[in-house]
This record gives sequence, structure tokens and C-alpha cells, in this order.
Amino acid sequence: MKTFEYRTATAASAVLAPDAAFLAGGTNLVDLMKLGVATPDVLVDVTKLPLDRITDLPDGGLRVGATVRNSDLAADPRIRERYPVLSQALLAGASGQLRNMATTGGNLLQRTRCTYFMDPSTPCNKRAPGSGCPARAGDHRNLAILGGSEACIATHPSDMAVALAALGAQVRVESATGERTIAVTELHRLPGDRPDLDTVLDHGEMITAVDLPALPFATRSAYRKARDRASYAFAVGSVAAALDVADGLVRDVRLAWGAVAPRPWRATTAERLLRGRPATHENFLAAADEELRAARPLRDNAYKTTLTRNLTAAVLTRLASAGEAR
Amino acid sequence: MTATVGTPLARLEGPAKVTGAARYAAEYPQDDVVHGWIVQSPVPRGRLNAVLADPTADAIAVLWHGNAPRLEPADDPELDVLQSDRISYRGQPVALVVAETLEAARRAAQVLQLDITAEEHDAVLRADHPGLYTPEQVNPAFPSETASGDVDAALAAAPVTVDVTYSTPALHNSPMEPHATIARWAGDDLTLYDSNQHPSGIAATVAGVFGLEPERVHVVTEHVGGGFGSKGSARPNAVLAAMAARVVGRPVKLVLPRQAMFSLVGYRTPTIQQIRLGADPDGTLTAIDHAAIGQSSRILEYAEQTAVVTRHMYAAPNRRTGHRLLRLDMPTPRWMRAPGEAPGMAAFECALDELAEKLGIDPIELRVRNEPAAEPEGGTPFTSRHYVECLRTGAERFGWAGRDPRPRQRREGDWWIGTGVAGAIYPTMAQPSTARVRAVGDDFEVAIGAADLGTGARTILTQIAADALGVPVDRVRVRIGDSTLPKASVAGGSSGSASWGWAVTGACRQLRETGGDEAVFDTTELIEKQETEGRHAFGAHFAEVRVDAVTGEVRVSRLFGMYAAGRILNPRTARSQFLGGMIMGMGMALHEEGVLDPAMGEWMNHDLAGYHIPAHADVESIDAAWLDERDDQLNPMGSKGIGEIGIVGSPAAIVNAVWHATGVRVRDLPVRLDKLLCAD
Repeated sequence: MKTFEYRTATAASAVLAPDAAFLAGGTNLVDLMKLGVATPDVLVDVTKLPLDRITDLPDGGLRVGATVRNSDLAADPRIRERYPVLSQALLAGASGQLRNMATTGGNLLQRTRCTYFMDPSTPCNKRAPGSGCPARAGDHRNLAILGGSEACIATHPSDMAVALAALGAQVRVESATGERTIAVTELHRLPGDRPDLDTVLDHGEMITAVDLPALPFATRSAYRKARDRASYAFAVGSVAAALDVADGLVRDVRLAWGAVAPRPWRATTAERLLRGRPATHENFLAAADEELRAARPLRDNAYKTTLTRNLTAAVLTRLASAGEAR
Repeated sequence: MTATVGTPLARLEGPAKVTGAARYAAEYPQDDVVHGWIVQSPVPRGRLNAVLADPTADAIAVLWHGNAPRLEPADDPELDVLQSDRISYRGQPVALVVAETLEAARRAAQVLQLDITAEEHDAVLRADHPGLYTPEQVNPAFPSETASGDVDAALAAAPVTVDVTYSTPALHNSPMEPHATIARWAGDDLTLYDSNQHPSGIAATVAGVFGLEPERVHVVTEHVGGGFGSKGSARPNAVLAAMAARVVGRPVKLVLPRQAMFSLVGYRTPTIQQIRLGADPDGTLTAIDHAAIGQSSRILEYAEQTAVVTRHMYAAPNRRTGHRLLRLDMPTPRWMRAPGEAPGMAAFECALDELAEKLGIDPIELRVRNEPAAEPEGGTPFTSRHYVECLRTGAERFGWAGRDPRPRQRREGDWWIGTGVAGAIYPTMAQPSTARVRAVGDDFEVAIGAADLGTGARTILTQIAADALGVPVDRVRVRIGDSTLPKASVAGGSSGSASWGWAVTGACRQLRETGGDEAVFDTTELIEKQETEGRHAFGAHFAEVRVDAVTGEVRVSRLFGMYAAGRILNPRTARSQFLGGMIMGMGMALHEEGVLDPAMGEWMNHDLAGYHIPAHADVESIDAAWLDERDDQLNPMGSKGIGEIGIVGSPAAIVNAVWHATGVRVRDLPVRLDKLLCAD
């Protein structure tokens, strides 16, 4: 692997050298460096920064520091009580060892596991802009049906991010030029003709925290993940949802999908359709179908359309019946 | 003296392994060692014209066909490394970089520029390919085709027939310890610390390649972290490490990265199998036809014996088996746990389930009704065959009675539930080996150049020696894993315990009888006199699965194997072998698949994140049991091989259970959720 310099970050506001990259848990970046996919000259370790706390926000929300480990976040009693969807999503991901290393910010910034992206002996527009995308004709069984482009159909692999998208989390970002807040659903770009740019972050912008807004009905939320084996596999389809039902009607709903798009896919069309409607299995299916009208499946990933609608209806139906049972 | 064979002695090297004290090939400290990294071809077919090394990379040497030392041609052309400009598959070694550190070697390899003239390639196995041909033999030396009676007429006349095509994908053996070699020269003497299944075989092969007498090469293989067939013969890593060490004059360490395991060490060929069965209404088979298609590379013909297993399994007066092969611009397939039997029985035992459904006969009864009295082809009597007992006893323990034969009948919540059964068989083999025993004070030292792949071979040989000598196991020390010890056969074909145990028994008995200090026993003559037909272990696999109606996800709630495999030498290590085979069978049924990109000529999911094998969570209730089978015609221990039979038939039991749960026959393995998913 390419020789690199290792430094420790002193402050989130420090200037990041041009060929430097932030290092947190390293569970993805180090692999990519071994493969020759990522070749930074400098690694700036952010794990010594004081960003490893989960703190209460005045409005009842929570601020999750960027270097809070996935396992710690999943186990936090406040997360488990107020945002069970997030805890479930985290625990559905990776393995115990990886969750002990992986961080909140790093999880968001992990890169696609598209097999071409990971193999420098093949073309890939995300890794080598302009080289082409063999996935469209080749191995795309687990690539995007929504939000892709001719240039790229990569999927974002995170489970955690899908839950954060459903919860409407805000990503706090800092750099030498200041601070800003980005909705987690806006953090990842759709590829268009620039698939090399995963996110809207500028070079040197560091994620410092993720804010979870107060969302009382998220106590009734869930994450369900379908995968090719029982554990330790990326999702082939996943749903994060929170549901507020009163008198059999959907008062509010949050719905996001994983493994179908270059970003965690917030299903706003489906949400809009459901609000005020009876909380029935049929309506859940119809809402999912409406959202999936935008889907552009290829030869081997059309099953994701069926899988996603089935998962959506199953999760919402279960949340609805759990609500009725109270 | 109480016998120790048959008792569950724990692995003798267990404490060393779990404390990290056991040394694997890449872990032998060397002064002045340097590291090698293989540069693999990025195209499936073409010519390498030149390499251009990046001057900023810290390479000690960059070897390619333009500057590599000439080698003697090997029986296995894969070992003619860096000898020609011809590129025959993507991933083939085209250069070797040597550097002071692993990281530097890897970097230099990544930035090495290759001047390649690429050519059109062909990477896809298909049943209508004009290049298909019938090989003369299939692995290792079986006739490619057999026939008796009139299959076509019998099928035409049969009241009930099944004509189905099953396919299995490329499967990859990727043991936890990758292939690894440290090579060190002292003059013309070469020492290889190498991870393999056959130390003396590796020594002989590598000696041949370098034009040396076999005793000049010393192979040390004390511990092996799995092989599954992929380490049965020398792989390019051993030759490349030795070549590089000779060039740079320092010891060279070469460890394959996980990604390279998918192209450089063999794989199980994909298969396309057409199975045609004819039966009378009572279930009596009148015709069996098993036609298998597989692939090999351009540089070596490896023809998997996929349909050979069908020659031994069921009675039928009209029968035919055959193989066709296609040579592609792809890596060379080789042995992977139960080559032939595993894919052959995966397809055949599913086809038989389809016949049972058509006949309306219980799948166990159908099998029992077609039990042969002797080898179905050739008529050799079986030394022992307790297949029916495995089916019956297994059914009882599994709880088969009262099963509703109709599919898609049991549902619990979101889960469809089903059960399935399939047979198992594996040939009982022994291969010539030599063992030596010496009296050392009150103790005994037994020596044989065998390899313990983690299965417990060292432990079992200690038990066998102790009983043969009539002493407790703590007075026996077994030395294995070294090519300078008396020559042992390969740890393959489930033949290790029989082959080595026979030689060890012979040597120990001889020492006892002669009362000397040393005895050596060679089984070659005894084994050459043995009949080879009619010797098999049998078994039956039972599976209960549940299939998620929402997602199509399959979970194996229960998996049970009932075996008749001769005398079980050590129930602890045997159980582990059986269960390991069954779990690998689960992988074959549900998870494992090399995903080919035809345009790239590459399996894209070439790491263990993308190539799925069962995780712990996939294994729920699993158990193995065995009949107390006595067979005194095999070897002094009465043992049969158990390393592979667990993967034979277990995939079919699971696939049949999936059908019983859902009503869906998935005929292209693996059974993944997208093949079962239906709109809610």
C-alpha cells in the first residue's frame, strides 16, 4: 500500500492538507488503502478529538458525537428508548468487532461496496472518473434501482444512515472556514455525471456530530433488513420506519429505504400519501408502489422493487398493530 | 489396556492453537526475509509484452517472463509461472514483485505498468456452446461415459418421468489460512515453509520444477488452517517464492491475499446437469440418465467427475452417465471438498425429490425401493452399505413420520416451513503411505509425512498408534507435517486417516512383534492388492427450513446427518468433520456463488464480504449421528473417510425442504431470496 503519514487531529477547524483524509474507525478506509482504491498521503486521526459523547439537546433530541462508536450508540439507553429504529439498524450492521471500531461519522462516510469500485483492475466512474461503469451490464444485483445515473448505480451500504434518514437527523460539519448543518438526507449526492463525489462535503469539512431531533412517536419505530445470510452481510433491502397512528389513521409517518439508492432513501412521496389515510396493509403497499414508480431496475436487481414494497408494508403493519395494542 | 481409538480425545495441538503458539507457514521467523507480491493479469486473454516498474517504488526485484529464471516444465502448467508471454485467464500471475516490506511489495505491484495486448475472450459456460467436448477421463481417472441397457427406450416407455436441468455456480475454497510459503535456499537445498495438504508431494513437484533431486527440497507443514482440496498440490505461490528467493538470495515470504484465492488456487467448476429419470408407478426406477457439463481453463484439462456418483447410488436396469467439458479463458478448476459427489448429488437428489412428488411416494420410501444389492454398475458387492438404515434411523430421530407431502402447507407467522431429505455417499479410499516408529526410552515416536488440516489427524494417529502399541496416548509422540518424514499420501479424498492409520498400525504392530527399537511399514503392496469398487460410506441428510413470506429469506431451522461410515475413530473430531461438511453444504445450497462478469472474465465478489459462506447465525440446530458400522474389509481400523460426506446431499436436503416450504423448485443454486420472492 502507498506510504502515508499519520497525524492526530488537534481541532475540527484545522486545515486539512490537499491529499489528506480523515481516519476514524478505519473499518472501510484502511481496506480501501490496501486495495489501492484510496491513496491518501496523510491520514488525520480524528478519534482523539472530544467528539465521543452523546448529549441531550434542550428540545428533547440527542446530539451524537462523530466518534461515538456504533456499538456504544446502539447500546445507549436513550437511543434504545427514544429511537429504537436507530439501535436496531446499528445492530443489524457488520459484526461486533466492526461495530466496536466504526464511528458515527465514519459510518456515514463509508463508501459503496460495489464490486467494481473495490477492484482497481476494472473500470469504475466513481473510482476513476470517465473509465466507465461495467456494473450496468455486469454485477449489479445489489446496486441501485433509485437515484442512479448512466454513470453510476452504486448503493450506499450503511444501515445506520437509513435510520437517521427516517428520523430526520441533522449532520453538523466543521472546517477552517466555519460550521454548517446538513440534513442527513442531503449529505450524500446523487451521482449524476459526477459519481466520484459521494457527498456535498468540501475537502476538509469534518463531521463533528449528528443531531437527532425530538420525535416522540419514534418510540414506535423499527428497522428491518433483508440480507443474503442471517448475519454479517450488507442489506439487499431495508426499511426504517416510525409510525404515529390515531383512531386507525396515520397521523405521521417516517419512512426510509436502504440498499436501493446512492443515499439512504427517504420515501417522502409514500409518507405524503399515507398521512391522514387509514393505517392498512393495502395503503402501505400502495404508498410504497407510488414511491417506487421512480425505480429503474436493471436485469438482476428488479427484485428490490418487490422486496422493498413487501418490507415496507410488513414493517408499517407491525408498527400499526403494535400501536393498536397499547 | 483400554482402547483409545473410539474415544473423544481432544485435539493434541488445541492449546497451542488457541494460545497462538502453533506456527503456520508464514509465521516462521527468518533473518533477512523479504516479501513477495504477485501481479495478476488484468485481462482474461492476451499477451504480456513488457513491464515497466515505477522507479519511485521500493522494489528489490520485479520478475516477469522477460527476466525470470527458466523452469523445468511441470505436469501442472499452472506452475510454469512467468515462463511465457501468454495470458490464459484473468488473475494469472504475470509478474512478481519483491520488496523489504509487505506494504512496499504491494504498492510496487499496484503501480507496475503492464504492456498487454488483450484478445477476445470467452468466459461463460453454457449448455449450447459449440466448444463442448467429451473428455477421455474425468477426475481422477474415471471413464467419462458409462451406459447399460437402453435408456431412451426405457424413458419413452416409463409411466412416470422426470427431465430436469439443475445448475450449480462456481464455488471457491477459501480456507481461513490462505496459501502461504516462505522459501529459503542454502546452496542447492531449498526449504519451504508451506501451507498444503501433501508435504512430500509439494517437495517432489517443486524439486522437479527447479531440476533438483527430490531430497533437496524440504517442506515444513506443521499446522494448516484448512485446505478443502485447494492445497492438495503445489500452487504457484510455492514456485514463485522459491524462484524469487533464488533470484534475490534472501528468504522470501509469499502469502496470497484473500482476493487472489479466487483465481489462483482452483475452484469448483460451475455445472449444468440434465437428469432424466423413468419409473414405474410403484417407484421402481427403470432408467437413470445423468449428463453433466463443466468447465476448465485453456491451460489444463480438469474434468470434474460430477455424474460418477450416480454410478453407485441407485438400482435401475437402464442407465447412462456422461460428462462434457468446455475450455474457457478462465482459471483452472480443481478439487473442492467432494469434487464430483457434492455437485452431482446436489442435482441428482433434487431430481429424485421431484420424482417422488410426481409419483406421490414419500421421498424416503422412493430411495428405499431402489436400493441396489450390489454396485449398480459392474455388480461388485459392497463391503458394507447401510444407506437404508441411515434413512430409516435418521427419519426416526429427525421426526419425519407424519410429514404432509404437499408443499406450501405449514405457515407460522411470516414463515413458510418445510422439510427435506437427501442421500449421501462418499467412496472409501486408501493410498500408499509409509510410517516409522521408534522406541525412545519408555515412549514411542511415530513419524509419517502427513498433514493435519485442522481435522484432528495428528490426534487420531496418536490414538491409533497407542492402541497398536498397547500403551497410553501420553507415551506416544506423533511427528507429521514434514516432507523428510516417511512418505505419506495427500490429505484428500477423505483418505488420510485410513491411509496413514494403516501404515502407523503396521509399523507399531511390527515393532511390538519384533521387539526392536524401530520399525518401518509401507502399505503400497497391501493397497495395490485391494479391490477399489464397492467401498463407500453412506448417509442421509434431513433439513427443516423456513422461508420468509415477506422477503424470501431462507433459514435452516434444523439440519441433521445420519451416517454409516465405518468405525468412528474419534467421535469429537468426527462430529466436527460431519458438521463442517454439512455447514459447507448449507453454503452451497443457500449462499455460495462466484458472481461472474462475462465481460471482465472475473468473479466480481472475490472476497469474503462478497462471497458469502454461512455465518454463525445461519447455523441454528445442527447435529450428526452415526450407526455402529463394522467393516473388516477396508483397513486395520475398519474406518471410512468422513471429511467430505457431510457436503454430499446436504445441499439437496435443504433445496428440497425449500420446495416443501414454498412450492418453488429452485434449480439454479444457490437458493437466494430473489428466487423465492413474490409480491405480497
